[in-house]
Amino acid sequence: MYPVTELIKNLADRHGRERRNLLPILQGVVEQEKYLSEYSMIEIARELDLPASEVYGTATFYSFLEYKKMGKYIIRICKTITCSMKGKNQIIKTIEDMLKINVGETTPDGNFSLLQTNCLGFCHKAPAMLINYEVYTDLTPEKVREILTNYINKKGREE
Amino acid sequence: MPSPAYLLKRVDFIFKDEKDWKEILKNSINRPAHELINELISSELKGRGGAGFPTGLKWKLTAEVDDSIKYVICNADEGEPGTFKDREILSKVPLKVLTSMAVCGHVIGSKEGYIYLRGEYFFLQPELNKSIREFKDYCNEINFDFTIRIFMGSGAYICGEETALFESMEGKRGEPRNKPPFPSTYGYMGKPTVINNVETLAHCYTIFEYGSKRFYDLGVQYSRGSKLFSVSGDTPKPGIYELELGMSLVDFVDEFGDGDTKAVQVGGASGFLVPRKGFRETTIGFQGKLTGISLPTGGSMMLFNSSRSMYNVLDNYLEFFREESCGQCTPCRVGCQQLLNGIKAVKRGEKNALYLNKLMRLTETMQYTAKCGLGQSVANSFSAIVENFREEMIY
Amino acid sequence: MINLTINNKKLQVEEGTTIFEAAKLNNILIPHFCYMENVHQIGSCRICVVEVEGGKTLMASCVTPATEGMIVHTNSERVRDVRKVIFELMLSDHPKECLSCWRNQNCELQDLGNLIQLHEFRYEGAKSKDVIDSSSPSIVRDSSKCILCRRCVTVCNEIQGVGLMNPHHRGFSTFIGPSEDELLGESVCTNCGQCVLVCPVGALKEKDSTAAVWEALYDKSRTVVVQTAPAVRAALGEVFAYEPGTLVTGKMAAALHQLGFDYVFDTNFAADLTIMEEGSEFLERVTNAFNTKEKNHVLPMITSCSPGWIKFMEHRYPDQLAHLSSCKSPHMMLGALTKTYFAEKMNIDPAKLFVVSVMPCTAKKFEITRPEMFSNGLADVDAVITTRELGRMIKDAGIDFRSLEDGEFDSPLGLSSGAADIFGTTGGVMEAALRTVYELVTGRELPGIKLHIKPLSGLNRIKTAELKIENPLPAYSFLNGVTVKVAVTSGLKGAAELLEQIKNGTSPYHFIEIMGCPGGCISGGGQPRPVNDAIRTLRLEAIYREDEGKLLRKSHENEDIQMLYRDFLGAPLGHKSHELLHTVYAQRSKN
Repeated sequence: MYPVTELIKNLADRHGRERRNLLPILQGVVEQEKYLSEYSMIEIARELDLPASEVYGTATFYSFLEYKKMGKYIIRICKTITCSMKGKNQIIKTIEDMLKINVGETTPDGNFSLLQTNCLGFCHKAPAMLINYEVYTDLTPEKVREILTNYINKKGREE
Repeated sequence: MPSPAYLLKRVDFIFKDEKDWKEILKNSINRPAHELINELISSELKGRGGAGFPTGLKWKLTAEVDDSIKYVICNADEGEPGTFKDREILSKVPLKVLTSMAVCGHVIGSKEGYIYLRGEYFFLQPELNKSIREFKDYCNEINFDFTIRIFMGSGAYICGEETALFESMEGKRGEPRNKPPFPSTYGYMGKPTVINNVETLAHCYTIFEYGSKRFYDLGVQYSRGSKLFSVSGDTPKPGIYELELGMSLVDFVDEFGDGDTKAVQVGGASGFLVPRKGFRETTIGFQGKLTGISLPTGGSMMLFNSSRSMYNVLDNYLEFFREESCGQCTPCRVGCQQLLNGIKAVKRGEKNALYLNKLMRLTETMQYTAKCGLGQSVANSFSAIVENFREEMIY
Repeated sequence: MINLTINNKKLQVEEGTTIFEAAKLNNILIPHFCYMENVHQIGSCRICVVEVEGGKTLMASCVTPATEGMIVHTNSERVRDVRKVIFELMLSDHPKECLSCWRNQNCELQDLGNLIQLHEFRYEGAKSKDVIDSSSPSIVRDSSKCILCRRCVTVCNEIQGVGLMNPHHRGFSTFIGPSEDELLGESVCTNCGQCVLVCPVGALKEKDSTAAVWEALYDKSRTVVVQTAPAVRAALGEVFAYEPGTLVTGKMAAALHQLGFDYVFDTNFAADLTIMEEGSEFLERVTNAFNTKEKNHVLPMITSCSPGWIKFMEHRYPDQLAHLSSCKSPHMMLGALTKTYFAEKMNIDPAKLFVVSVMPCTAKKFEITRPEMFSNGLADVDAVITTRELGRMIKDAGIDFRSLEDGEFDSPLGLSSGAADIFGTTGGVMEAALRTVYELVTGRELPGIKLHIKPLSGLNRIKTAELKIENPLPAYSFLNGVTVKVAVTSGLKGAAELLEQIKNGTSPYHFIEIMGCPGGCISGGGQPRPVNDAIRTLRLEAIYREDEGKLLRKSHENEDIQMLYRDFLGAPLGHKSHELLHTVYAQRSKN
């Protein structure tokens, strides 16, 4: 059995197999896998006895349920008005230079994906970003470099 | 110069400690439902999410429906650009919110509550769950049957719309339903449901703690009580402030502006943009008949100084709406996109300035025909920006 | 009762009536678009908005209930104004290539434009989608034309229970279809074509087969044979502005001759043959169950004429396939016979024969591609065109359909009974089968007025009947006193309900008729638009009229069928029958 098949089964056992349990299951898969592969969605559909197309239609409605392969760390830069005013483009430029990827891309080693997102609710501490579920605020190019360096080193240590 | 009619008044209720929550819960659930409803009604508390529906009436309508299963939902899908107060409430005084949810359960006859927490606030979960466990333990202790769970969103602004939120909780795309039926009769899982904003529930706690009069005495006619304001943009002191309702925008700008404020966005991207010349005549509240215009707000106050291009601001809003529209109804789905195309075309000189008038007609159509508040509200900032900063749109 | 005012007219309507319905009942037309009566009322297009006095916004009349004292304006300045803008928005994301669109002049978007009179396009901009999926042998999806009314979503989910057509993504990027990379041709699509039937524009259409048919007709070396399904004659007239429910059997046969088909056969002949085979199969299964009491008997038996239903079953209930009758659908039987029996008789090389089926159905286009539908390396049927496509061919050929003299079907595969006619409607196959089976078992005619089993006809989703066998012929004495229970459903959601019972072991039935489309073939995915319950009823009545107008009402009394068995097939369920007229099914995955 694929590990993700097992994961989906466990999630369904935990949350239930009704339609209303769909979101927590999708979220559970994304939490571990970082994205929903076609395989995962079909497995979820099977587990919940839903048409696969409904699972896909629901998943793609939500910005945080990625359906393309993502890196281990997903960086989401807020692009809404205050963050935009307070220099989010500079932050993106800094990250793009550092990781050598553009927005929407994943580093070749599969560690980082860079995305933009709508309002994170940290307008008073703009610009802000999420790395996976961790929030970073009042960003400056220096601060971002420091944060990312920590992630890169942490990653290095784990390996 | 402060306006003679009103001065900014700071209040400290919401973040005042929650240490008496057990007592307040116990006292409240020993009061009859109608008494609590009357307390809320006489406080004149209106929903703090932005729409301003009277909270007491909402509870009353749901209480009157005969059904063995009902739900209490706390709307923590705080997604309006410029708003960040709900997160602060949930991290600082979560037990106030939980207490009010439980009291609501007692009032309407519900045993189940959910907090719909936006996906961006995933990191709040561990602490919030701890509070929920503590709360549940006490409920068990006093033999009060009410269970609260967190339901996580996954990044969709539209799920802040109450019926879209129900759809999302039911495992579907977060697309708004037709109203009627309203949540009081047909909400989550088709059951009678009270859905309140986080801040509204926090105010309920204040009212249960001190009585409706303390709350009613704050604010002005039609806009009673205090409100949290999320202040951001070109301001030396961004942050969260609890202020009495009914303040004049000119006083607000005096307090929070950087001396060069050219416009204030009240109520987030879906709210209203007030240019400098309108500061004096604008008050913040619910449809009050004070002097000038009274603007409702979910509490987002974004200040723009003269270095900001209002074209960029509008461009940013429209891109936001284009992405966050659920895609269900024509005016909103296509309208947001063609508005964005339209202002770009004018800016690039591909269309002449008169085209802006045609776009205004489009926003008006959206305002009157979109299925939910998202599409309906795009016109608010669009028309204000285009009318007041027309030159910035063209050159 | 509710009192309201619409356009200054005081009205009374029942509680629960929507503004749209209230207006319609009083002959006030509110322009609308996504609305489909009783089927699809979600208020998504917003064309039907009206002004309700005191309201902050306009209301979608199709979903807003009328309330006491309501004052409604359907044509105020604001309403007319926004209606135009919404229509313009629809067009701004729609290719304006009407002249080359197959729906030209038969398009609900054009009709709407005609109604609300638009003379300029103010809003131009991005187009949201451009995928054309022609992977399916039955249905083509052109997303660029989709205006997201979601009728197909409702039909595919609520009516058919297939759940393939759904909205995906969000905002301006929203699209309707199977998921992003999934092709219709490789999906669980049953090819029923109900989505094609309700699509208001050219976004969903049948895969065109007319080109292949024209080519065959022009090829002098080929003998081109055409056959027409029972339901076609009850709807083809609508293409030529006849009232729904007008039978055009004779004109249709004449038109086919004029188009240049060498032989015009009738699928109805094979419907009679189906009754002989399927009826015999049912008796065999019943005998196993009641006489020899075999443990492995499989009841209920389910009809197999509807290829959309068959594919649904193969995907959803692959472990229940044994319940399906092994009979091919009638036109496949006729195709197989044309290339054997007929070819032999006329001394024509079967490889030179080209068989065309005119069907009310898009799933039949898929059916002929199934590997099981080839005999001796030759396809049983070479092309399927829908009723709509035949209409287009007749127009294209310049044939003035309305002035045609009635023509006839050709022999030897043209004679049919009234029992075959009713194959075109829900309940018809069951009634036809029982007319024969009852008589075979008891030696008496099926009881019932005019040979009809009333509870099995009509548009209800699931219909049932019981038939008690008394005093059977000696060969069937073991059935004495047995009550045969039958069920009929049309539309795949009802099919799923009956199949769940079978799966749970709670199905009380012996024989089930399932047709994939609601109402049966009369409202199949290949029939003329529009289709609603009123039109279904008119077509259904036409079919029964055709049946009752015939002297020959029972399949087993068809002399040409008797001759076919005598000269060629031998007996029902015999060796040749099995080779030519029966099939096997495939297990398919659920998603």
